[in-house]
Amino acid sequence: MADKNGPDGTGETGRGKQHEPDIRDDDLERRRRDLEASLATRRPDRLEGKDDAKAGGAAGYGQAVKLSSEFIAGVVVGAGIGWIIDRLAGTSPWGLIVFLLLGFGAGVLNVMRSAGVVAEFGQGDKSRRDQDDKK
Amino acid sequence: MAADKVDPIHQFHINKLIPIDIGGYDLSFTNSALFMVTTVVVAAAFLFLTTSSRSLVPGRLQSVSEMAYEFVGNMLRDAAGTQGMKFFPLVFSLFMFVLVANLLGLFPYFFTVTSHIIVTFGLAVLVIATVVVYGFMKHGFGFLKLFVPHGVPVFLLPLVVLIEVISFVSRPVSLSVRLFANMLAGHITLKVFSGFVVSLSALGALGVAGSILPLAMAVALTALELLVAFLQAYVFAVLTCMYLNDALHPGH
Repeated sequence: MADKNGPDGTGETGRGKQHEPDIRDDDLERRRRDLEASLATRRPDRLEGKDDAKAGGAAGYGQAVKLSSEFIAGVVVGAGIGWIIDRLAGTSPWGLIVFLLLGFGAGVLNVMRSAGVVAEFGQGDKSRRDQDDKK
Repeated sequence: MAADKVDPIHQFHINKLIPIDIGGYDLSFTNSALFMVTTVVVAAAFLFLTTSSRSLVPGRLQSVSEMAYEFVGNMLRDAAGTQGMKFFPLVFSLFMFVLVANLLGLFPYFFTVTSHIIVTFGLAVLVIATVVVYGFMKHGFGFLKLFVPHGVPVFLLPLVVLIEVISFVSRPVSLSVRLFANMLAGHITLKVFSGFVVSLSALGALGVAGSILPLAMAVALTALELLVAFLQAYVFAVLTCMYLNDALHPGH
């Protein structure tokens, strides 16, 4: 085990994984922990700043209102766009149906984005790391 | 009679203070307008008066102003980089307006400007319009890269772009709904619990004893509302910074 306790950096664990033919229970356990650690270093950096002030009793409440408003906004805007298209093009009710579904998609995307599990607009992981470098 | 005494919505009524009618449009000066003016005056007067002495070692109030300045400044620099600092006046004004409006709304008998969705929606549209106009000015049509995520297969692209566009358009909606819903819900809850105190204590000695519970709740809620008032101003400003970041750097 002594050779395996490298740093938690993602590159290190990736190389370790490839050179490890035998899969034992504690080995799996260790990999899972490494993965969790490396995920933890990657994922929440965007949210942390926002949540610092929420450390009071209102933390869960604030988060709930935030996520639900994101989702509702996506659905409402999708339905609104569909309704306007229907009015302009006279294709009722198809625009409403199609854009309501797209709105659901956008709502889910909004929620995942504000929960920090999907990259921001037009950006991959790369730019998120750039932002951190700027700090 | 008890019903309209405990009417929790009544506090949000718009009353015309000075009726003005220009060319068929109702431009009356309402209680909402009065409190918006009050908000601006209070925020401006506070910042102006506390910083007018310009002492090198700040007094208590001056350091409050400086803390607000540095707080917003750091927030903007973190989210949008040093280039984003050209938007500092906008973000700081929005933050102070929302914060002071929320805090003023906590006074009894005061009108809460931010509990009306048209006000918060107006602020959110201002932010998004700034993002769109500045994005197109700076990047031209390159700004549209914002809607095209990396590594999406070509045949999925139309669908994904549509969803991204809807997601972008929904930003001002969620931004405004969040602030409005928080303030509205908080004030209605406060009013309902305070109403319990009044109607319970009308029931005699036992009622007065029982009204201690909703009273304690109302006190606790007031503290929570104070937190929410600050939090929502903060969230509004943070999201503004993040959206401005999109205008500055759309899709690397």
